[in-house]
Amino acid sequence: MAEPTSARRQAGMQSAGMKKTNSERASPRYESREKVTGMARYPADMRLPRVAHAYLCTSRIARGTIQAFDLAAAKAVPGVLDILTHETIGDQPRQVPAIYQGGYLSDSFRPLGSAEIAYWGQPIAVVIAETYEIAREAARRIDVTYASQSPPAATIDSPEAVTQPLAPMDIDVGDFDVAYARAPVKIDTRYSTPAQHQNPMELFATQCVWEGDHLTVHEPSQYVNNLKFGLAEQLNIAPERIRVISTYVGGAFGAKGFLTQRTALIAMAARRLGRPVKLVATREQGFTVSGYRAETRHHVQLGANRDGRLTALKHEGWELTSRADTVAMGAVSMTTRLYACPNIVGRVNAVSADRSTPGFMRAPGEMPYAFALETALDELSCELDMDPIELRRVNDTRTEPVGGLPYTSRSLMQCFDSAAAAFGWKDRTRLPGSMRDGDWLVGWGCATAFYPTYAGNSAARVRLSADGRVHVSSATHELGQGAYTMMAQVAAEELGVPVEQVTVSLGDTDLPPAVVAGGSSTTASLAPAIMAACDAIRARLGVTDATSGTVSTAMATSGMGSIEEFAETRAPGLPADSIKGLYRGMATPFGGVHMADRVQFALGAQFVEVRVHARTHEIRVARAVGAFAAGRIINARTAHGQLVGGMIWGIGSALHEQTELDERNASYLNANLADYLLPVNADIHDIEAIMVPEEDSLVNAAGVKGVGEIGVVGVAAAISNAIHHATGRRLRDLPFRIENLMNET
Amino acid sequence: MQPFHYSRASSIPQALEIQAMAGQDRSRPGTAYLAGGTTLIDLMKLEVMRPQNVIDLRALSATHGAIGWDGTNLHLGAFASMAAVANHGDVIEHFPVIAQSLSLAASAQLRNMATLGGNVLQKTRCAYFRDPSWQACNRRTPGSGCAAIEGLNRQHAVLGTNDHCIASYPGDFAQALIALDATVTLSGPEGERRMPFAALHRQPQDRPDIETNLAPGEIITAFTVPAGPWTRRSLYLKVRDRQSYEFAVASAAVALEMNGRVVNEVRIALGGVATVPWRARDAESVLRGHTLDEARANRAAQAAFNGAVPRSHNAFKIALGQSTLVRALLDAASLEVSHG
Repeated sequence: MAEPTSARRQAGMQSAGMKKTNSERASPRYESREKVTGMARYPADMRLPRVAHAYLCTSRIARGTIQAFDLAAAKAVPGVLDILTHETIGDQPRQVPAIYQGGYLSDSFRPLGSAEIAYWGQPIAVVIAETYEIAREAARRIDVTYASQSPPAATIDSPEAVTQPLAPMDIDVGDFDVAYARAPVKIDTRYSTPAQHQNPMELFATQCVWEGDHLTVHEPSQYVNNLKFGLAEQLNIAPERIRVISTYVGGAFGAKGFLTQRTALIAMAARRLGRPVKLVATREQGFTVSGYRAETRHHVQLGANRDGRLTALKHEGWELTSRADTVAMGAVSMTTRLYACPNIVGRVNAVSADRSTPGFMRAPGEMPYAFALETALDELSCELDMDPIELRRVNDTRTEPVGGLPYTSRSLMQCFDSAAAAFGWKDRTRLPGSMRDGDWLVGWGCATAFYPTYAGNSAARVRLSADGRVHVSSATHELGQGAYTMMAQVAAEELGVPVEQVTVSLGDTDLPPAVVAGGSSTTASLAPAIMAACDAIRARLGVTDATSGTVSTAMATSGMGSIEEFAETRAPGLPADSIKGLYRGMATPFGGVHMADRVQFALGAQFVEVRVHARTHEIRVARAVGAFAAGRIINARTAHGQLVGGMIWGIGSALHEQTELDERNASYLNANLADYLLPVNADIHDIEAIMVPEEDSLVNAAGVKGVGEIGVVGVAAAISNAIHHATGRRLRDLPFRIENLMNET
Repeated sequence: MQPFHYSRASSIPQALEIQAMAGQDRSRPGTAYLAGGTTLIDLMKLEVMRPQNVIDLRALSATHGAIGWDGTNLHLGAFASMAAVANHGDVIEHFPVIAQSLSLAASAQLRNMATLGGNVLQKTRCAYFRDPSWQACNRRTPGSGCAAIEGLNRQHAVLGTNDHCIASYPGDFAQALIALDATVTLSGPEGERRMPFAALHRQPQDRPDIETNLAPGEIITAFTVPAGPWTRRSLYLKVRDRQSYEFAVASAAVALEMNGRVVNEVRIALGGVATVPWRARDAESVLRGHTLDEARANRAAQAAFNGAVPRSHNAFKIALGQSTLVRALLDAASLEVSHG
């Protein structure tokens, strides 16, 4: 097979991305110099005087109780300062409600709350010592006697797992049973996706330092105010006494939005010791420190007329959760709203097992649910002998079929047409196996990508100085996605100054509060707040337009040293009193399918070429083209990075990523980056991300839909569909491995 | 990682002397040689290996790191880095299977660090071996059982296994050596000796923890690979779950001497499927003297896996190993090889 060159990849970015977009600018990354020179200081890099080091001890069983700790050997290690267990910490920290009980983004386990073990990898002790090495050595000398209840319920299929139908997520439109029974063409298939972990490069670190009764927490976070207010409640202190700082985050992907059990423990340890305490959880511990993408199962039934129009659609999902928390992404709310269809059923089930509480991982529900629906649609197109793009076209709609609400904008077919043209889809021959190239079976496949558009309440402060310099600040988060750059750019545009004159502060609870950096909502949430603050500055100067220089000229002649304006904006669809949540660490993104009068989605089309070796069945993605319509693109460069990164993540989700479980003790066998496979450079060839122009004046004040997650969605389905085209074999269980294409399995 | 006593040796005699002294100190049991460290340090951090004496041999790359080709034999110092050998012009030209087995292994960083001697001694990737919280592992703790037999064993071996251990040998380079009838040179307390590379590794038998036939304290100092009419028509095919930085699910080292379409001589070794570097002599016999076509290659592949024992998750490795060998044989037969 031909190896694509990196030059082509760059060319793809230039030609496809930049020209066609409606973005104004493609500024370089604001903090790029700090990052490439190693000057950016991540939370674990902060050097705190006299810091002591913590090491977590985690459970080796999944279900049962701790009968006894023998700490003698651990305490005997010179340099050990303290050991926290459920027996030594009393009734602290306090239980706080988790998000699903109207509380914070967290699980509902009280840290070191009792002798009970609810999952493998649960923190059961924290050793504090003079050095990391001493703490680790002592942690390994802790002897724990367990009373194990086995076997635990390890996964969805375990006999001990408990399935709970989640009736509030039910969707019923028309009469599915009758329509399905009468449909001339039917698909009835099942799919599965495995547990996956976000594995950001930066580990889960926390440093806590008390000055008097004030606590400063350095922790990489997607939601510093969730951390601040949740922690205040756990520690039973006033929130004003806590400051959380997270100016750089080394990747998050959903893993760092939670108030995890570690933070309160490290804060307590620092208070007990009267010294700062630092924890950097190991890579393996990271697999159970925070939430993850739980395994899912799907049952999809489609009925269609011979012309391809859907007459019946049923999607039922099962998602693994912990026994303590009922967590389900339930994305049937989206897969039932993508295509015109008069008879629809959606069902979601949570399956409780002896595992840690799942959480969010890039496109948390969208990735697995899209895999199921979009593969089923391809199966339908094969049954109909119809081009899969045309199948999407005949079912395209301007209103979603569940509530009859209009899309704020929908450019799905423009995405398909634009990606198909760039991909060369017209040269595809229909029959499976018909595009063989020597020993390699070639297949082309496509699928829809979608991601709901969310925004949350946010606040920002903008200061314009007489010398034309601008400072923007908000307690939002830089995860690598480009928040600094976006904030600088929006302020520069609104005030008509060069972006180089703008500085930005973020990731600090002392700044105006912002929503969680989740749901691809940072730009949609923050840009309106920054715009409002800039509006106020212009109003004070009596300037109505922001063409280059007019605002700075007015400022320079105003006689004022600087103007500072604070603005808070409420996201579309949220009630007036929701703004209070912004000031309590409870601002959550809102939108998507939850609006009263409309639905809002970014949409896209994923195309891939796979090559499967005829003898040894290795699956390679030779090239991928995605086209995405996501409203206004503030920065084509960072957006392109998000989309390409998402598509690569999608390839990993299809071919590589799987957290391996040993069902005997519900433990993770590959909780490290050597054995948890992610794609490497050799797996990634030609990737092209196209930004389809789209204007949406309804979705939010900035017209922004967000691109952080949509790039992942649909890739696994497109790969499944391409594998079918290459081999005639239909793979329905992720990840796709060599043995899945062998006759013997 | 537990504390250990560290010393450095700049010559083989000095290394042996330090080793002998360490062996007499009963207060510090366990001695390990450190070369590239890519296996040892990893396993010490995991507490799978807990030597209390570590003797650093890295200075020996100056005296035992040479690569030499004399037209008859390839001489490889055991302290040469994987990268140096993989990128060596004579190795690439005259022994492509060796160059490929090395360049397809690990990552660029590891290939720069790791030495040949350490490479052939690398330990299995069995997850149950690598995590001491699993108590049952005969390879780690003799007599404790095997957690993999009833566990997740997709990566495990189908050849050379028994009820004590099914861990697969993870390396690539060793397949090239065993296929080409290499010999290994050892220095130990009793002096220097040579043995066929094929005699270096031990199948698990009833003591999977005893992985080699090295005598206590012995150091691998060199490999010698004889050239034959088949060595230039050779290749290493590695099938794996991602395209770099990953161990083989199945691999084949193949060297052919062809007379037209007829096989004059053949050498075959298999990786990813066996507990040790695996020479497939039965498959060679099926091919020798016969026209190499798909049917004959399939018969050889069948023979190669006679006696394979599948477990709950790795049955596919038999068919995949066979396909891998067939593909390697047909690819090798169709190579353009100049005679000069």
